[in-house]
Amino acid sequence: MTAAADVLTAVPSREPARHSVTTRVVIYGLLIVFAIIYLLPLVVMVMTSLKPLQEVTGGNMFWLPQDLTFEPWTKAWGTACVGLTCEGLKGYVWNSVKMVIPAVLISSLLGALNGYVLTKWRFPGHKLVFGMMLFACFIPFQSVLIPMATILGKLGGIGQTLTEATGSSFGFGNPTVNLVLVHVVYGLGFTTLFFRNYYETFPTELIKAAQIDGAGFFQIFRRILLPNSTPIFIVTVIYQFTNIWNDFLFGSTFAAGDSAPMTVALYNIVNTSTGVIEYNVNMAAAIIAAAPTLVVYILAGRYFVRGLMAGAVKG
Amino acid sequence: MSTLEIRSLRKKYGSLEILKGIDISLEKGGFLVLVGPSGCGKSTLLNSIAGLESITSGEIRIGGQVVNDLHPSKRDIAMVFQSYALYPNMSVGENMAFGMEMRRVPKPERDKAVAAVAKTLQLEHLLDRRPSQLSGGQRQRVAMGRALVRQPQVFLFDEPLSNLDAKLRVDMRVEIKRLHQQTGTTIVYVTHDQIEAMTLATKIAVLKDGELQQVGSPYEIYNSPNNLFVADFMGSPAMNLLEGKVTRSNGGRQIVLERHDHASIVLPVPASADEAKLSDGAKVIFGIRPEAVNDKESVDRNAKAVATFDATVEIVEPAGSDTYVVTRAAGKELTARMRAETPVVVGQNHTFAFNLDKAVLFDPQTSRRI
Amino acid sequence: MTTAIDPIVAHAIQSPQRDFRDRLRDWIPRLVLGPSFLLILVFVYGFNIWTLLLSFTNSKAFANFNFIGWANYQKLWTWTFETDPPSNWYTALVNMGLFGSLYVIFCLFLGLLLAILLDQKIRGEGILRPLYLYPLALSFIVTGTAWKLFLDPRIGLEKAVHDLGWTSFHFDWVVNPRMMIYCVAIAGVWQTSGFVMAMFLAALRGIDSEILKAAQIDGASAYATYRRIIIPIIRPAFMSALIILTHMAIKSYDLVLSVTGKNPGGAAELPSTFMYSYTFTRNQMGVGSASAVIMLMTIAAIMVPYLYSELREKN
Repeated sequence: MTAAADVLTAVPSREPARHSVTTRVVIYGLLIVFAIIYLLPLVVMVMTSLKPLQEVTGGNMFWLPQDLTFEPWTKAWGTACVGLTCEGLKGYVWNSVKMVIPAVLISSLLGALNGYVLTKWRFPGHKLVFGMMLFACFIPFQSVLIPMATILGKLGGIGQTLTEATGSSFGFGNPTVNLVLVHVVYGLGFTTLFFRNYYETFPTELIKAAQIDGAGFFQIFRRILLPNSTPIFIVTVIYQFTNIWNDFLFGSTFAAGDSAPMTVALYNIVNTSTGVIEYNVNMAAAIIAAAPTLVVYILAGRYFVRGLMAGAVKG
Repeated sequence: MSTLEIRSLRKKYGSLEILKGIDISLEKGGFLVLVGPSGCGKSTLLNSIAGLESITSGEIRIGGQVVNDLHPSKRDIAMVFQSYALYPNMSVGENMAFGMEMRRVPKPERDKAVAAVAKTLQLEHLLDRRPSQLSGGQRQRVAMGRALVRQPQVFLFDEPLSNLDAKLRVDMRVEIKRLHQQTGTTIVYVTHDQIEAMTLATKIAVLKDGELQQVGSPYEIYNSPNNLFVADFMGSPAMNLLEGKVTRSNGGRQIVLERHDHASIVLPVPASADEAKLSDGAKVIFGIRPEAVNDKESVDRNAKAVATFDATVEIVEPAGSDTYVVTRAAGKELTARMRAETPVVVGQNHTFAFNLDKAVLFDPQTSRRI
Repeated sequence: MTTAIDPIVAHAIQSPQRDFRDRLRDWIPRLVLGPSFLLILVFVYGFNIWTLLLSFTNSKAFANFNFIGWANYQKLWTWTFETDPPSNWYTALVNMGLFGSLYVIFCLFLGLLLAILLDQKIRGEGILRPLYLYPLALSFIVTGTAWKLFLDPRIGLEKAVHDLGWTSFHFDWVVNPRMMIYCVAIAGVWQTSGFVMAMFLAALRGIDSEILKAAQIDGASAYATYRRIIIPIIRPAFMSALIILTHMAIKSYDLVLSVTGKNPGGAAELPSTFMYSYTFTRNQMGVGSASAVIMLMTIAAIMVPYLYSELREKN
């Protein structure tokens, strides 16, 4: 996995090709045309978000903003309407943050432990166990929605009982907690896959040497594996962060309303069926929603790519 | 007319000069081995002959025709690669026929050619298999078969045996030599293994840092190395190279090798050296191969000039067929190759003998042989 | 001088403690992996079975366990052939076929083309490659929102082309119920083709350069080299990409919602939206579960053989 991604990200320093001039023109031409196609929607989004509404509805989406304004942004952040509340995206962004951080950390840590066990503490049937965990990555979430909704409902019931009895629900029934649980469970397959593939190539001799030195299970994990796992941790965290931050299905099913994550809020802002469609505000909201994962991508693109390749199960 | 002629070949990559003016010619049926340490440019030179890499200046002629600007497929060459480079998605037969397919040779002819070569290389039963189903040695033979089918003027081999294990390497070396003798093909062969070079070549070209150090027959390269690099690179174990001084006494010149715990060794000037180039008091490097350093009893009886001396044995390495005895002279280790039964004891004195017929002298300033 | 200890006594002294510690040590790995595996067993496999069971009931708004045999599946079966007027299920299946094939084919084609172009030793790869990949960092909701604007006839593409002078240009696909699904395909290809490009580029770069040299000497033209040698060699990457794309197509939910915006009239219905609407909106949980099971079976039919072969190779 790493080798493939490194082969991908390393720019080859070979001799320049011996293509004819026409061929090179065609090649560069095509590449640039596609680059423009890939950029265009984003560029249009940004420009639209900086225009007053009349410019959007009256003008051409490719024109630069004449009357540059940041009002759509302030609206999107603070006053756009999500359902019946009109307080913008900010609360929902916070919901996402509250949910993403624990989900990413827990699923990554568990994935690391699982990968460690599956590669360095082999037991009979480990391949079957791994296979079952791996298949869990690919199920359509529709097939677990109903049971999950039922269970979460029951947890909510427990939460109510606890609140009546002790004044606190201890997190039972809390939508953010529910989402964290959901994302951890359905992210375990991927995080285990990443770490398992990474630890597979980790020299077992180091583990054996540590065992001879008397180190136990957790000591080996803490002192030997973890310190050397930074790259795969970054890859896993980025992958999980991107997926969980961008999730919509689970968010809309299990955390609708005030506790919704920002993808759901964005969807509601854009698809309010009442009143005038404020395209510029919608675009601003979309960019706010996209910003965190885009920034991560720009800063850590190489790790992002490694995660993608690993997710392709090319071991 | 020689089959391959390279004149003043230079190759620059940016500001780095990789090949610095190479001149070699190879007659028809010859086996030229390009040998040298990693990074000396031998693979680059081979790729340039093949046309896989461009050259900055100079001329390459194959069969009398200048091929500088010709595409590799038009130079009438075939190449065998280190990693065999067999097309994994095609069968052995298709691999061998692919070049002909690209040249639009009709199918019946292709099949005939492939069958003939398969017979020579004993690949007939493997024609339908995929490369992944073959062993290393079989893959190498298929690679050679692909080249043979081409019937080119020059065969190019790029370290073809490096990926094989030791025993297989020896077997394949013999096969390549047999093939060369049977078919009389012209071959250019790149290797870093000087044993391969010595056993296979009719002509060896030693390269270092893009420059030709020496071109000659294996005998010449081995016994009359042009400079210190060639002397040291070829031959295993390496030639003993000891610092000495030219002195004059009794009307004649001598070479003196100083030692700490023994009297200096005084030697007559070896026959191979050009005395006119020597000056009294000058420093020289005395070179002699381990097999020319024996003990008194087993020194070559036909040797014209022999010098004996006593020395303390430091290390004894029994190698089965011979025993290598290491002592010290002129501040350096001196390795001698003796019969396996030679009675040597570590720490004790022993009488050594130089076969001076085989000795050579080098100028330490220029590194060249005198 | 060592005093010899009677071996039987020594054994008796040490063995009970060692046995317990050893057994505990043996169990730690399983105890660590256990919870994750258990979670997956319950929340993935258990839930799938639950949904399967539900599909044999006549659950409406809430789950019940009145088993009605294959009735739900029979309904879906009948609906598959209800073409005039088309049933939702029929529409969903047709759309799945259209969207799925377009999505997969164009992603593969575009991904391969871009990978081949980028592999031609061009300059600027460091900029172009991340450019083709960035859409993957975006949520499907953001992508859909951007493309909904971009393809909007009144303020988007059609308007822009009109302004250029070509006033008879029509592109109202995104609001035309029959053509909506193609817009979803366009947005999907835009988002995912970069990923396919990355996979192919890594595969292309992994090809031994000596094979390409041999092809040069054999006199193969660039076209012949690609057709006869390079593309057959990267067949495994094709398979991986095909499988991953197909499974992503089946799971598509966020994208279709955000491009079509609440799916007016169900014209862009897909099995995923069908399941959602029948379960949560139309209160036909039994039928919804059956559709979810069908989605699951389809994905399993593709993924299980693939995962099995991948896992078997890795020894």
